[in-house]
Amino acid sequence: MSGDIVLEVRDLHTHFFLRRGVLKVVDGVSFSLARGEVLGLVGESGCGKSVTALSLLRLLPQPAARTVQGEVLLDGENLLTKSDREMRQIRGRKIAMILQDPQTSLNPVFTIGDQLRESIAKHHPGPAGAVTQRAIDALRKVKLAAPEQRMHQYPHQLSGGMKQRVVGAIAISCEPQVMIADEPTTALDVTIQLQYLKLLKELQQNSDMAILFITHDFGIVAKMCDRVAVMYAGRIVESGPVRQVFDNPRHPYTQALIASVPKMKRQVGRLQTIEGQPPAFSDLPRGCRFAPRCPLADERCQTTYPRSFAVGAEHTADCWRLEAAA
Amino acid sequence: MRRYILRRLLQGLVLLVLVATIVFFLGRLTGNPVDLMLPEDATPEDRRALTETLGLDGPLHQQFGIFIANALRGDLGQSIRHRQPAVEVFFSRLPNTLLVVPGAMMLAVILAVPLGILSALYRGSIIDRVAGTIAVLGIATPHFWLGILLIYIFSVQLDWLPTSRMGDYRHYILPTVTLSTFLLAGFMRLIRSSMLEILDSEFVKLARIKGLSETIVVWKHCLRNALIPVLTLWGVFMGGLVTGAIVTETVFAWPGIGRLTYEAVIFRDFPLLQAAIIMDAVLIVFINLIVDILYAYVDPRIRLAE
Amino acid sequence: MKNLPWTPLVIIVTMLFVAVFAPVIAPHSPIDQTLADKLMPPFWEEGGTTKYLLGTDGFGRDVLSRLLYGARVSMIVSALALLVGGGVGLVIGIVSGYFGGRLDNLLMRIVDAALAFPAILFALLLAVTMGQGLRTIVIAISLLLWARFARVVRGEVLAVKQRDFVALARVHGCSPARIMVTHILPNVMNTFMVLLTLYVGVVIVTEASLSFLGAGVPPPTPSWGLMAAEGRGKISSAWWLSLPPGIAITLVVLAFNLFGDWLRDRLDPKLRQL
Repeated sequence: MSGDIVLEVRDLHTHFFLRRGVLKVVDGVSFSLARGEVLGLVGESGCGKSVTALSLLRLLPQPAARTVQGEVLLDGENLLTKSDREMRQIRGRKIAMILQDPQTSLNPVFTIGDQLRESIAKHHPGPAGAVTQRAIDALRKVKLAAPEQRMHQYPHQLSGGMKQRVVGAIAISCEPQVMIADEPTTALDVTIQLQYLKLLKELQQNSDMAILFITHDFGIVAKMCDRVAVMYAGRIVESGPVRQVFDNPRHPYTQALIASVPKMKRQVGRLQTIEGQPPAFSDLPRGCRFAPRCPLADERCQTTYPRSFAVGAEHTADCWRLEAAA
Repeated sequence: MRRYILRRLLQGLVLLVLVATIVFFLGRLTGNPVDLMLPEDATPEDRRALTETLGLDGPLHQQFGIFIANALRGDLGQSIRHRQPAVEVFFSRLPNTLLVVPGAMMLAVILAVPLGILSALYRGSIIDRVAGTIAVLGIATPHFWLGILLIYIFSVQLDWLPTSRMGDYRHYILPTVTLSTFLLAGFMRLIRSSMLEILDSEFVKLARIKGLSETIVVWKHCLRNALIPVLTLWGVFMGGLVTGAIVTETVFAWPGIGRLTYEAVIFRDFPLLQAAIIMDAVLIVFINLIVDILYAYVDPRIRLAE
Repeated sequence: MKNLPWTPLVIIVTMLFVAVFAPVIAPHSPIDQTLADKLMPPFWEEGGTTKYLLGTDGFGRDVLSRLLYGARVSMIVSALALLVGGGVGLVIGIVSGYFGGRLDNLLMRIVDAALAFPAILFALLLAVTMGQGLRTIVIAISLLLWARFARVVRGEVLAVKQRDFVALARVHGCSPARIMVTHILPNVMNTFMVLLTLYVGVVIVTEASLSFLGAGVPPPTPSWGLMAAEGRGKISSAWWLSLPPGIAITLVVLAFNLFGDWLRDRLDPKLRQL
């Protein structure tokens, strides 16, 4: 489980430079991903999770966004200092990504086969027959029925779930070390979601691939991930092994997130929600960013950003309330 | 795909019938249609003969029936000025127009596609600004005046090219350029805006995630998708082409169907004008259908449907 | 206030001023012929005088005066055509969008057909059957406009229709006519205004083009398009006949387009697709 670290992110800062000001969307994010591990990155929409993922791949929308500080070490090499050309070798080959909406992820005018082969031919060039075979194998791995036929079909001829499997096939076709999954099941039918998650888990276990799983759904995190990092307003506020964080959340935001997951087993009077809205990136509070919504906040919380406190084995949370116990 | 094409064919036929109907009614509106359709020196016998053949003393719907029956036989009246069947005159001039149109279209495409793509890729740059200025001027400048201006510069001042009419290859240049301006600005704006939309789409993001080079992403993934709106919105350009032909041929005294239309107006040759309009409609429907077929073939979502 | 597009506005105001006060500021009558003075060049060229600043045409008429009066023609025709065409389009758009269903379907199909066919051909036909004149050209240009207006207005109506105060009005038992006039109409006015300014340019160019083709306002009334047509044959010897009207048209249309864009960005950015 805890193999060696394949991806390490240190103090990542990504800013958006807009006419109305600078948005510090990723403001000092650090985490590490071990080989064969699934790390969940959880948070509300707009907290900076997707931007973090794009920062790793250096696919930020230019010229508005830029990574201004930090290191992204893939197998020890800093991706932020690589040239464009080197990054293109790495994308798809060492790091792959699946996006949220299967309806728009595939180019409508090319066949499934074309889109698979494109990726394979780039990273594992060879005779056409070998490339095609690799593509078919990838489709088999994602459990798509009749893979040979699918190769000749167009995206619009497949259902949403099938399309998402194709996207998954494209991602694993070159045997990446790291896969980033950005809300891969959010746009799928509820009935299909579970199947897809199972598929991802299988793929991961059979290959030693590490997954950075981005989601807003803590329920999914509980099912899929080994460790979790909770993100709020551009920073990670708590991280640790899933079981620990789930059973014993120490940051008020994490507690609120977990409490708001509807549980089937117990009857509740009302569904829990979190009052208020996350702060705008153009107007971040000086102190703890969750303080305006936090029931436990005091003066120091408003003025000084909390330190990181260890609350268990490899489990940390950034909250002043934990100082007493530390 | 078949169903799509059939549907478009039907729409085209409906349009044709609509146009014919409107033309028919406008011709009969004035109260004395015979005067419209005969030369000034027509004798009372001529008048009576025409009234009989077209049923002009009968009820309107009967007249319409005769009109349609004649039209289907290819008879759209006798041109007053040419004293020939109007349709014949039309077809005799059509080839001249067809000599200029393809060149104009190609020129428009050759200029608009790269400009549109580059201004989308390098949004806000000099190229984008230049393209934008061309587009803005293209809409504001009356095309007939542009033609005259070109004549003034290249023919009168520089004496490089002739001022009008057909002749050797040099006569083709200015009319072709002028006609292409009717399409240029519109093409460019369309390609630019559809490129911008596509560059933002998820599958382009995924293509980059796969590690493909920017060149491949743009030229392979974006371009094909960006050209599709040009085909779907072709109807708009078709209208511009027809208007363009009329104006251009008038400015350059080019003996094609555009100038024929102009002459019909100037000389109040109603039968010729009527024929020109209906034949234009036929041409429009025909060309639109070809474009629709092309589109159905290019977009797999249509090609592989029913 | 500082964000106003000043240059376009200056040009527009100048044109309106000229259009209104042409009889006062024009040095000569636009239609009086002085054949002895025909085809004189502008005053800065050899053979020109300051009596006729921009020269004279083939009938000895002062080009500058005709140019000034031409602004009148453009303004009047544009205003009328926009009112008629825009008005018809507005009504059809509101009715079609509000009632929806088969009426909407039918009307929109007619709109589609109208957009598919170059209106200029019907404009030319009208000129021949109804004769040239103000009425003819206003109707002709309106033919061009109504379908475009109808389509955009209908889109707006569909959105407004969903809003609560419309449902409330229905619950209160207001008749459809009343709802359309008192609730829907004011809320699509923004869009309508923007459309009007965006299409002024198109209308001016169309009037000029139709006049150029002999289907516009009849001579001797000076229209910029007509002036260009009359000068076309003499382009090699008398450039001042055709070129100035075109410059006037381009400047004015450019100004209206830029102003229209600015207005659109302020009032209804959704229309940027146009």
